[in-house]
Amino acid sequence: MTSAVEAIRTPLATGKSAERSLKSLVFALTLMLCLLVGLLALLTLLFDVFRDGAGRLSWDFVNSFDSRRSERAGIKPAFVGSLWLMGFVAVISFPLGVGAATYLEEFAPKNRFTRFIELNIANLAAVPSVIYGLLGLAVFVRFMHLGRNIVAGALTLVLLILPIIIVAAREAIRAVPPSIREGSLAVGATLWQTTRHQTLPAAMPGILTGMILALSRAIGEAAPLITMGALTYLSFTPGPFDQFTALPLQIFNWISRPQTGYHEAAAAGIILLLIVLLAMNAAAVILRNRFEKRW
Amino acid sequence: MATASLRVHRRRTGERIIKGALLACGVVSIATTVGIILSLAFETVEFFREVGFAEYFTGTRWAPTFKPASFGVLPLVSATFLIAAIAVAVATPVGLGAAIYLSEYARPRTRKIVKPILEILAGIPTVVFGYFALLLITPELLQPIVPGTRVFNALSAGIVVGIAIVPLVASISEDAMRAVPQSLREAAYGMGATKRTVAMKVVVPAALSGISAAVILGLSRAIGETMIVTIAAGQIPTLSADPRLPMETMTAFIVQISLGDTPAGSIAYKTIFALGSTLFVITLGLNLISSRIVRRFRERYE
Repeated sequence: MTSAVEAIRTPLATGKSAERSLKSLVFALTLMLCLLVGLLALLTLLFDVFRDGAGRLSWDFVNSFDSRRSERAGIKPAFVGSLWLMGFVAVISFPLGVGAATYLEEFAPKNRFTRFIELNIANLAAVPSVIYGLLGLAVFVRFMHLGRNIVAGALTLVLLILPIIIVAAREAIRAVPPSIREGSLAVGATLWQTTRHQTLPAAMPGILTGMILALSRAIGEAAPLITMGALTYLSFTPGPFDQFTALPLQIFNWISRPQTGYHEAAAAGIILLLIVLLAMNAAAVILRNRFEKRW
Repeated sequence: MATASLRVHRRRTGERIIKGALLACGVVSIATTVGIILSLAFETVEFFREVGFAEYFTGTRWAPTFKPASFGVLPLVSATFLIAAIAVAVATPVGLGAAIYLSEYARPRTRKIVKPILEILAGIPTVVFGYFALLLITPELLQPIVPGTRVFNALSAGIVVGIAIVPLVASISEDAMRAVPQSLREAAYGMGATKRTVAMKVVVPAALSGISAAVILGLSRAIGETMIVTIAAGQIPTLSADPRLPMETMTAFIVQISLGDTPAGSIAYKTIFALGSTLFVITLGLNLISSRIVRRFRERYE
């Protein structure tokens, strides 16, 4: 009798004993290990970069030009170039991205053309960035004769990050509850008045968060800028209509040189780039936590 | 009365203008696609006026800037696929393991702490990964373990591209696993299955289409990856399956040519557009396959 009860109980038990079997534990540990691989890669990378470059990072490094002597090489033109780029990219991509998102969420009829735009945006998000560089070269540099300057580089990056901004802005707009729109429409506001005064302000923290994250993608991009003809070496501080370089391009240039002194400069440049990225992401997190409303 | 109806009318005209302006923003994305296709197609046609199809697609020697020039794209394509294959071989098990852990094992609090690791990894610029591959993975990990590994090699490029696409594979796979209805898991638990059995025999098979879409998208990303392979794999076109050797991918050649001065109309200029077209067609094909799989999978569960 007891043995029969045992026989029934044992395989069922609470399920916990089987959960603690060797195979199950090894499996769970292997899964954790997979995440650890990611963490380990990240930590090794950061450790390596800081070990190589922390000694080179100083105000002189940020404020001087590239040099034939590796220990005196500075990153000023690239830093200024990246700041100009980000300024232009932000100013151009914000209205375009938010406009497209607003259209798709609030105004677009549900027809084949709208679906085509949506499908098209999804496909553009997966086009390799180097192809955007070819597009920039053919359209902005050659066809529109802008030259290989910051404006052409910024336009190239705008097209690259536009799909990311549109997707993020759409999510933020969709998160605004319909009751807010309905309330506004019910007191006689038009659809645009509702969007302008109710929906968009409510969605703005989410939109800005997405915007910052998209910009942080753009500031790290090197391939499209090299392809559209940006330089990797520059001996003056660039303005909007000058030839230019940017942080990731200068870093690439230094990595490509054989002397270890330049590798240290590259590591210092990477630290600077990571600090800028960290600041942008922190701003995004603060925006999200402080201003985003939960409905 | 009359003024009121007029105001409504005027408002609607303004409304229509605004709607048109917003639509124009949406149309920018279509213009972008058209721009990509036209600019690639135009120069590619020019390219094939000078170089034969057969030479481009079946030639085994790539030397467009040498004399005599030679335009066999196979060394670049094989290097691209070799590196992408290594990357996918790294990213699939790691990304999938991380996804199963996040979706099936991690408590909500653990998830909140652990998930940002992948997000940070996804936000690291690719030049930084290139630095990592060339100046750390190759000299301090690969060269001591794998004899014969050169300074520039396909192996370190592939491994690091793999690490770079782990977050992509993991997040899409995790989405697919979380979309598996809870009732399937509960049915399995009800029969006394362990977490491991539920994960491997129920959740992963049910999410398999989403997982394969993630892997295909990862492959597409690896094929289009540029800076890591340019920095770590080198600039020597090599038709070989030996990952210890330096190799040049399609994207790396585009960068190599772009770093020099390429006057419009020169054969080098046309060549990078022909490579761009090849790359565009391959990645677009993979992306379409991936999104088709995802759509089919969504229909089944929602």
